[in-house]
Amino acid sequence: MKTLKPLALATALLASMLAHADINVGVIVSATGPAASLGIPEKNTIALMPKTIGGQKINYIVLDDASDTTAAVSNTRKLITESKVDVILGSTITPNSLAMIDVVAEAQTPMISMAASARIVEPQDAKKRWVFKTPQNDIMMSLAIAEHMSNNGIKTVAFIGFSDAYGEGWFQEFSKAAALKNLQIVDSERYSRSDTSVTGQVLKTMAAKPDAVLIAGSGTPAALPQKTLKERGYAGKVYQTHGIANADFLRVGGKDVEGTFLPAGPVLVASQLPASHPLKKSAQAYVAAYEAAYGKGSVSTFGAHAWDAGALMTAAVPQALKKAKPGTPQFRAALRDALEQVKELAGAHGIFNMSSADHLGLDQRARVMVKIENGAWKLQP
Amino acid sequence: MDLQIAMLLAQDGIVNGAVYGMMALALVLVFSVTRVIFIPQGELVAFAALSMAALQAGRAPQTLWLLLVLAALALVVEAWRWKRGAQVDWPSTLVWTVLIPGLASALVSLRPDALALQTLATLLLVTPLGPLLYRLAYRPLADATVLMLLIVSVALHGVLVGLGLLFFGAEGSRTAAFSELRLEWGGMTISGQSLVVVGVAFSLVAVLFLFFGRSIVGKALRATAMNRVGARLMGIPTELSGDVSFALAGLIGAVSGLLIAPLTTMYYDTGFLIGLKGFVAAIVGGLASYPLALAGALLVGQLEAFASFWASPFKEVLVFTLIIPVLLWRSLNSHHVEDEE
Repeated sequence: MKTLKPLALATALLASMLAHADINVGVIVSATGPAASLGIPEKNTIALMPKTIGGQKINYIVLDDASDTTAAVSNTRKLITESKVDVILGSTITPNSLAMIDVVAEAQTPMISMAASARIVEPQDAKKRWVFKTPQNDIMMSLAIAEHMSNNGIKTVAFIGFSDAYGEGWFQEFSKAAALKNLQIVDSERYSRSDTSVTGQVLKTMAAKPDAVLIAGSGTPAALPQKTLKERGYAGKVYQTHGIANADFLRVGGKDVEGTFLPAGPVLVASQLPASHPLKKSAQAYVAAYEAAYGKGSVSTFGAHAWDAGALMTAAVPQALKKAKPGTPQFRAALRDALEQVKELAGAHGIFNMSSADHLGLDQRARVMVKIENGAWKLQP
Repeated sequence: MDLQIAMLLAQDGIVNGAVYGMMALALVLVFSVTRVIFIPQGELVAFAALSMAALQAGRAPQTLWLLLVLAALALVVEAWRWKRGAQVDWPSTLVWTVLIPGLASALVSLRPDALALQTLATLLLVTPLGPLLYRLAYRPLADATVLMLLIVSVALHGVLVGLGLLFFGAEGSRTAAFSELRLEWGGMTISGQSLVVVGVAFSLVAVLFLFFGRSIVGKALRATAMNRVGARLMGIPTELSGDVSFALAGLIGAVSGLLIAPLTTMYYDTGFLIGLKGFVAAIVGGLASYPLALAGALLVGQLEAFASFWASPFKEVLVFTLIIPVLLWRSLNSHHVEDEE
């Protein structure tokens, strides 16, 4: 065997790991382009994931799709045909993840998406049975907002959202939630993340005199409408989505975003969770791991979605290893089945209980309401 | 919509229009002198805004490294050309590659607290990027077709956006306003910052007007713009005019970046859209007329402000659709001229 080793190494290099027993994990994140603020913490999180699972070495192959759908699809093909991956984690955003479904289903490779839209895993069919996802559905977050609004005596709401899939998706989901809670949506406006002014939208919003305004944007661009509202003297409540939950939003928003309400994964306020909370330990574990590697205050909820994808994979791989060897179609199928069987797994964002109908597996424990107070996130009871 | 809302929208449109106007001026200037459609103009705006933000946060902006690397490269290239017997204009070369980068590094290493010094440092950091990029990327191809130069511009744009992400990260920044003043006038508030923007934009136009009308360098630039070969025969150093026009473009980019950064959150890639809207305005002016380009910019600003009120989902569509009737009108009104080449 000893003499064969160099030969085996050379063959492995030449034939790009055909006879490999390691587990190859393909990762696709949007580390550049418009979704870079989500993709970069996810990419950072991949480096914190376990290097061996069940005694098998894990190779992570990380590719950037530049927030571009075409690149996401070609990267997926590349990972499957060239790197022979056993599972794909990604991508960061919904359009890319939706486009990747066909490719992974064709190659029968399980995929765990880090994008939010429920459409990625619902409704379950022959193709989507290969797809799982970790972020909370928008409807869960919408319901949390609508519930908080109606509990605080709000009757009319105006909506300002991104003019892309994120804003549209939120508008649809929030409309459903608002109807359930008897809230009236009096105005709906759109803006794009690169806009330098939203004065027109804000003036129209204020003319409708809503009790509260919901801003559906992600990252720092969501601060612009709120700053303009403040500048124009709007006195009502402002709600944001979980898309803003990173430190940069607080930095850019400054004192203008004080008193904002938002729903978020418990990981955002991990240290404030009561000791009895089922996620306290697992959420704090992620925060500690990330901050140890990248500095204090660097953690964001987006990276935690990648962490959860890793946690699902880590839970499923030992089960799959019992049935087949990595690199084979049998292993990928076994891994898919094992992912579907994950029960009561505590991640950073929630407790996962997968089933053949539910490939997200999160419940109400995966969200909390948070308020911005004195430039920090404050858990609301 | 009542009168007050209309006034507020118009005010917003004028402020944005002024910034697009400066972009349009720079684009027209560079195009008419060098036939380059300078797409990276928008990146200079973003670089200036984010460098200023970095300075205000007490960090050394990474733009400094870009500047030093480009300066060193340009110096090496010039020395190599000189050794091969080409004529090199050493005074201007040394200004762009040694003097200004040196001053910029000195100022940045001081970590100035005063707003005026931070502004000066940003101007010194971003302005020389114009001529340095010209020397490294465009001058070797000065006689290529407009299309070829456009392709180089697109490539440069891609490189600079990538560097912007690397330098400043994916999240945006805002800077402190130059003026915290608030004026009450007829029931509407006017912020001091918006007055600064409009004031600087219009004085810039006035200065450019004087520069092109009165100064000898300005006249040389105009001559080069009209006829490159003829200008060279008259003894005008056409290479120098490229340098000057890119330096002006760099300066305008830096000034616009400084002006817009307190009004909105700037990202590493925001500059492109600002530049693109400036381009629409420049097209209204046929990429040749400064006053028409400025008028076009104000039109774009107003259209954008009112479109965002009436039909916010279609705002960008409306702004960029403006280019179609303008092109139609221009192509009907001008007889076709064969390209010089």
